[in-house]
Amino acid sequence: MTMDRILLGDNQFFAVNHLSDERSRAQAVRFKEDKSILDVLDIAMDCGINTFMCTTYDRIGNIIKMMKQNPEKYNDFKFFPCMPYAHKYANTLTELGIVGTLKKYIPGNIFAAASKAGIAYMRKDFFTLMELLIDSEMKMFDGMNTPVIFLQNVVVDLLLGLGMDEFFVHYTEYIKKRYNAEPGFITMNLPRMVDICEQFHIENPIICSSINKIGFRMSGSIEEYEEYLNSNKRFRPIAMQCLAAGALKPEEAMEYVCSFPKVESILFGASSRAHIQQTRDLIIKYSKNNVDAYTNIHNANPLVSEEILQ
Amino acid sequence: MIKIAIIGLGKMGISHCAILGASPNVDVVAVCDPDSLLQSVFKKLTKIVCYNDYKQMIEEKIPDAIYVVTPTKTHAEMAIYAMEHGCHVFCEKPLSLSQDDGMRMVDTAKRLNKVNQVGYHNRFIGTFNEAKRLLASGIIGSPFHFVGEAYGPVALKSKSGTWRSDKKAGGGCVMDYAAHVLNLIDYVMGSPIIKCAGTNMPHIFSKEVDDAVYSTLTLENMTKGQLSVCWSDDTVRKMTTSIKIEGDGGKIFVDATTLKIYLKEDNPKEGLLKGWNEKHITDLTPEVFFNLRGEEYSAETDYFIHNILNNKSDNRNSFKSALQTDIIINKLMEDSNN
Repeated sequence: MTMDRILLGDNQFFAVNHLSDERSRAQAVRFKEDKSILDVLDIAMDCGINTFMCTTYDRIGNIIKMMKQNPEKYNDFKFFPCMPYAHKYANTLTELGIVGTLKKYIPGNIFAAASKAGIAYMRKDFFTLMELLIDSEMKMFDGMNTPVIFLQNVVVDLLLGLGMDEFFVHYTEYIKKRYNAEPGFITMNLPRMVDICEQFHIENPIICSSINKIGFRMSGSIEEYEEYLNSNKRFRPIAMQCLAAGALKPEEAMEYVCSFPKVESILFGASSRAHIQQTRDLIIKYSKNNVDAYTNIHNANPLVSEEILQ
Repeated sequence: MIKIAIIGLGKMGISHCAILGASPNVDVVAVCDPDSLLQSVFKKLTKIVCYNDYKQMIEEKIPDAIYVVTPTKTHAEMAIYAMEHGCHVFCEKPLSLSQDDGMRMVDTAKRLNKVNQVGYHNRFIGTFNEAKRLLASGIIGSPFHFVGEAYGPVALKSKSGTWRSDKKAGGGCVMDYAAHVLNLIDYVMGSPIIKCAGTNMPHIFSKEVDDAVYSTLTLENMTKGQLSVCWSDDTVRKMTTSIKIEGDGGKIFVDATTLKIYLKEDNPKEGLLKGWNEKHITDLTPEVFFNLRGEEYSAETDYFIHNILNNKSDNRNSFKSALQTDIIINKLMEDSNN
């Protein structure tokens, strides 16, 4: 399965700003209506960006409902869901504890002995509980195209630290079997995750992590990241936080991530046509020596890419 | 290798467990929590041994250090027991519910020369540390007023039945949220809060506990300021903490992502200009070995381990500094009842 070279992220829609709490409030105002988010997705499609990588917020469900009213238009549109929406669980965990949280979010009653959830809970079958949670997060994407399904970094890094790596194996198997999709992992600890996938025979995993030239959110060290990105290790990197939360200028940021031929896709967030176009054009410009990436991007934007190359 | 055991596997306990698990100089030897589902996950998927009884865990595993990550009312008993059995202790915040308990913890750590640290993680965030440094350097002249704030969406509906909604167990916005701000004010301002007045701790959704804390605070150096904290605020996505400090030479506004400095004159030594200047967390975050939910959690762990290796018991985030926060929390509750 080929991933698009350029992926649109969702932080800008949901008041997530790693640089400024003030800016995040401004974003919350701008994207108060679900329609305003769909409008930006339409602009992105106009610019040849057809993949939206998004957290499983409830509001995504509303956007999908709107898309379903116009199925032809969104026929080729792809979602890369990222689960879970951590703050939803974190706030509940603070309030209700672990059993309370499971009870709240697992469909069916975990205390009812006859239900799938109840049996799984009784038997302490946490892999089945995980499957039920995945299904509940994926429900809103019913009928949509979801070729890659991601586990968020808060969960990936938690499991990495705890050494509960078998969850990754079960996650991989379940996503492939139940959703006919590729599993993806978001992490703040790329080298460690690559090693664990290798150790557990998760082949050529899709791993999304921060990649930027100032080493922001690249734990361990930037040198170690670069070593892995330049190595023959088999994994499919997606670069996120390329702008280091706005600390870098777009041009230098894109030049840096595109300098790694191994990086398959680049995730970015923007909410205006000008910004989306600017980022796309920079990625095209700096992808020209990477045959696979360039073909990918050229197919999505034939006219633009030719113009930029001339 | 430093052998560490953890008591309590709630949200913070599991998070500490993962960070410690990834730490280069640490061996997590055991955890203690009564939850049978959690015990089963640990038993099947990790090599970490699970206990129901923390005393048995400490006796059998003889750890070098213990993490106490349980409801606040149990901190003193567990931390003191651990120290008396040879362990250094990292304790989650707040330190304790009563001043007596807190003092016993401080005294025990001192008497037995144990490394002691509390989980006020804001003290490891780059922007707050830079604000503290600049303020101490006199960059905004003499401070005459401050405002410490925190808002977040924890209690948004009427509900009860968890330890956080139980005052006796250490629940409430004052314990959970305001503690962070009070502790951070002490740290950034470089002078502890000693008095409070005009305190208002309203119940918004919670029946048994406060959902917000508003008060006027006085520091030991006589600077006065305001506290404004509310955990029933869904205009923010997650807990958002900030401090504003006004001085006769300028103003500092700092949160976890940005530090803004307004100066009345250029400051060539710091490379800051007259008017507004901004510094960002991207430039103020030292590299960490592992990242889970933010660099500050790894940084505080690293600091604790470093102090154990160097046998340094007085530190940036000691029981003693956390006791100061407990004392003010008690004063706020008294003041609001009057």
